[in-house]
Amino acid sequence: MSTHTGAPLSGRRTGFGSGAVMAAGAARRLDWVLIVSVAVLCAIGSLLVWSATLPGDGGDPMDSTGHLRRHLAHLAVAWVACLVVASVDFRTVRAYAPIVYVATAVALVLVLTPLGAVINGSRGWIVVGAFQFQPSELAKVGLVLVLATLLGEPRDGESRPMTRDVLFCLLVLAVPLALVMLQPDLGTTLVLGAIFLGMLTLSGAPFVWVAGMLACGVAAVFCVFWFDLLEPYQLDRLATLVDPSADPQGAGYNSNQALIAVGSGGFNGTGLFQGEQTHGRFVPEQHTDFIFTVAGEELGFAGAALVIALFAVVLWRILRIALGCDQPYPRLLCVGVAAWFGFQTFINIGMGLGVMPVTGLPLPFVSYGGTAIMANMLGLGLVLGINSRDRGFE
Amino acid sequence: MRKPPFDPTLPGPRLGRAGLITAQVLVLVLFAVLTARLWYLQVPMSDHYRDLAVANHHQQLIVPATRGQILDATGRPLVNNRTELVVSADYHELMGMEDSGEKVLTDLSEVLDVPVRELHQRMRLCGPEVERPCWPGSPYQPVTLAEDVEPSIALQIMESADDFPGVTAQAHAVREYPYGAHAGQILGYLQPVTQEELDAREELRTQFTGIDQVGRDGLEAVYDAELRGTAGLRTLGVNNHGEVMDVISDRLPVAGSHLVTHLDVGVQKIAEEALKEGMEAARPRYRADSGAAIVMDVRNGGIVAMASLPTYDPGVWQGGIDQETFDEMLSEEAGEPMLSRAVQGQYPPGSTFKISSLSAAVENGFSLRSTYACPGSVNIAGQNYQNYAGGGHGALSLHQAIVVSCNTIFYNFGYQLWLKDGGLRPEGEPTEAMATMARGYGFGAPTGIDLPYETGGRIPDREWKRTFWAQTRENNCYRGEHGYPEVAETNPSHASYLKRLAHEQCVEGFEWRAGEAVNFAIGQGDVLVSPLQLTRAYAAIANGGTLYEPRVAKALVAADGSSVEEIEPVVAGRVPVKDETIEYLQKALTEVTKSGTGRGAFAEFPQDDVSIAGKTGSADAQERQVSSWFASYAPADDPQFAVVVFVSQGGTGGETSAPIARKIYEGIYGFSGKKDKDDDSGGGEPALPGGKPYSELPVVRSDGSIEVLDR
Repeated sequence: MSTHTGAPLSGRRTGFGSGAVMAAGAARRLDWVLIVSVAVLCAIGSLLVWSATLPGDGGDPMDSTGHLRRHLAHLAVAWVACLVVASVDFRTVRAYAPIVYVATAVALVLVLTPLGAVINGSRGWIVVGAFQFQPSELAKVGLVLVLATLLGEPRDGESRPMTRDVLFCLLVLAVPLALVMLQPDLGTTLVLGAIFLGMLTLSGAPFVWVAGMLACGVAAVFCVFWFDLLEPYQLDRLATLVDPSADPQGAGYNSNQALIAVGSGGFNGTGLFQGEQTHGRFVPEQHTDFIFTVAGEELGFAGAALVIALFAVVLWRILRIALGCDQPYPRLLCVGVAAWFGFQTFINIGMGLGVMPVTGLPLPFVSYGGTAIMANMLGLGLVLGINSRDRGFE
Repeated sequence: MRKPPFDPTLPGPRLGRAGLITAQVLVLVLFAVLTARLWYLQVPMSDHYRDLAVANHHQQLIVPATRGQILDATGRPLVNNRTELVVSADYHELMGMEDSGEKVLTDLSEVLDVPVRELHQRMRLCGPEVERPCWPGSPYQPVTLAEDVEPSIALQIMESADDFPGVTAQAHAVREYPYGAHAGQILGYLQPVTQEELDAREELRTQFTGIDQVGRDGLEAVYDAELRGTAGLRTLGVNNHGEVMDVISDRLPVAGSHLVTHLDVGVQKIAEEALKEGMEAARPRYRADSGAAIVMDVRNGGIVAMASLPTYDPGVWQGGIDQETFDEMLSEEAGEPMLSRAVQGQYPPGSTFKISSLSAAVENGFSLRSTYACPGSVNIAGQNYQNYAGGGHGALSLHQAIVVSCNTIFYNFGYQLWLKDGGLRPEGEPTEAMATMARGYGFGAPTGIDLPYETGGRIPDREWKRTFWAQTRENNCYRGEHGYPEVAETNPSHASYLKRLAHEQCVEGFEWRAGEAVNFAIGQGDVLVSPLQLTRAYAAIANGGTLYEPRVAKALVAADGSSVEEIEPVVAGRVPVKDETIEYLQKALTEVTKSGTGRGAFAEFPQDDVSIAGKTGSADAQERQVSSWFASYAPADDPQFAVVVFVSQGGTGGETSAPIARKIYEGIYGFSGKKDKDDDSGGGEPALPGGKPYSELPVVRSDGSIEVLDR
């Protein structure tokens, strides 16, 4: 598909000459602000996961490190994957984009077969022995890669994607979107949609298409709510978003308890491992979807605002890298990852703060969950890899 | 930094650059919104959410305190506690169900083996239209559906909580009466707290767990707060499943104090039995419908025993009382057994009142050393007044006048003192010598005993008469004019008599007439006293003139014995009489049981061991049989106890009440087995060895056990 390469190959060539020098240079060119920000988020996330998974009987935190150790293992593997991806030329990665895309699509199909497992009402998992993973997380990476390829590599004689490209992209989006909706997993569906809209908007595609797609996105979200396409529990969640205290023991329970947890933290928080809301397990899914409430309660405004600030830094750096790209492909790769992280972070934190409906999305880099961490780190790796190379032409 | 890395002429890159900067701004704005929201939740609203969080994971548990026991003077429990299992239901939860709890109650009726109809009835809230069984408490308390449930059944209910939503089984302390149903009216009873009580008494709200009860009537009501103690409050940290994770704070309950009374179980039993037997003996000649017997410690006003018949078993209040029993307890046919005749009853005192009349006469110029004529009858203001038996005694000293209970001497006193005040038309402020003295003896006003609903009796005088006339005038004047047509249908002569009477009352009903003053002097007419008032008056004569506020309670002892709060005797006043007069009365009263109206009843009584001083009384009332009184104290030379017996429509004092009093004395001193004063067999076991009330208190040990006093 993507045979046309607009960028010179000099970077790769010099790399072949002296590997050690190249590695040192690449490392120097890595965005360390971005890396450190993500690393701090991972560290805070580990502490929060640890706290959220304590039994809550006031025992020694050192006695229950099961989830923490698994989380740290996920992080370790994911960081290695991240650095591997960062060190591979993004043009090489681009060559594998269709394969990644097809592989995730196949995995999403497998999820719907008896191989898939239902967790929390969603058939989103493939379980093989002790190993389980969530293909929909990896589908985000696949979609970003393939859309960047399609929108970032205009046909000969074109400087930007045209209608045909956009239509093809829509087809490419439709496959994972439909499969994820079948699980059903509203959160991931919205993220995939957000990635597509973000990348399309900044791709230079015809304005009509951009405006049309944005309008379609808004209309789709509206229709989904309006035509009762949602499961009743999801509608309830939306209804309770308007007034979380209307039904505190029913659908609004999660949202209400999240608000109580965050609000009761105050400015300074209760201190790590000290949150009574957290240790009474009043907020469900608090080590995954509602991890931000643990930050709110135990770390207070100081800690929770730091988390928000770190995400702002992460997105600023990713978009800054995008700005530095002279090629549409790497730029769109960054935009896709930024749209993904930004949308997911905003929805997740907004959900904990009672301004977004409860949709079941993990907080990138912070929430517990192996596949999600791996996907996030792969996304980060793609961005870091662009940064270390795209600026090498100066 | 960097050179522009792309061709700015291309529209894509240009749009891309602007778009990316827009995206950065968008991220900044959205994240600023999140931060603002975070600030709002965590800084201005933080207290609000902290309160919600506390409500969330703090479960407050009121731990009721063990209610104190009511002990007799020696430490024997009149009332203590027993634990039973109670099944109760949350009213609102059951009523909120689609079938109004129908299924739950049906299932419950099978488990408890009671008809479902009964459970339905017990779930209803008591009200004017709702007959018992019903729930007399607040709908916010669990409604008791079954008490004294077998542990296996309670366990079954607790284990299958899902099948019985809103239903709980829990241990519940109930009152027990180890020495039987004695002194029911004094002890009182417990009932579930009502919504009105919860509204009115703030301290109750923080004390009640729901199935708690509040003292109603008797000592349970008067000493409710002390007996109840202070409920504990345990704050538990709970998780989202309500599982207890830790105890955040724990304020232990402070058990209620034990109430040590002046009562003696033995004497109480004797008094109740003697009264019952005496009343039975008076029947069928007399109706003997009700009676009272009081034993008072003359040195401090302590109530050693107080019997009132008819009585009831306070155990009937346990759990839901049914309408039949409840109606019966309030009905006149059953003799209103809840009413304490001793404290709440008021009756004409008859000749027992002569102590007051004699004192009034002596303090107003009649000499103790003179003799006075005691004819069979006297004519005063055109009316003839007779001695009780109609016979005359010639000239008598006042001593003899008391001993033989001569009425005519007292009629004259009443008349003379009435004349002294100016008779029908008093000039200036009348002294009302008779009424003033009666009030000096504590009549006409409540004694201040530590029991509820005490009556004050009635001491009539000119002012009372005028007030009474003003209150009844309208009706009397109407009747005086229009007569009693409804009575005339069956009894025309009686109707015309009533009409005349009404007319008279209308025209001159405000007048305190000579006849009324005359009747007053012998405790008849409108004079009403309670047996308790009379007991206190005789105790005052015995102790030299001190009127005490009677007390049932003697001390409050902490449940662990750590503190003892004695309830000190309260002197209400002194009888306004010279010591000489009191001594004179003492001698006269001592003679009554030897050679006077009490002689028959006290024949063969070992007076050398314990000399009884007393006065009989036989009070007449319209359309009623004569009521029997005996007021006394003993020993005459070293007074300890005042004993007053009253039997309504029970005959004369000498024939009914004096023998009852004798039995009580025999029981106290252990004379019951003695044939006569020469019998040295020792008689029965004395109820109060040594013949004195206990002055020391039973000891409550730190482990909560009670050391019963033993002489």
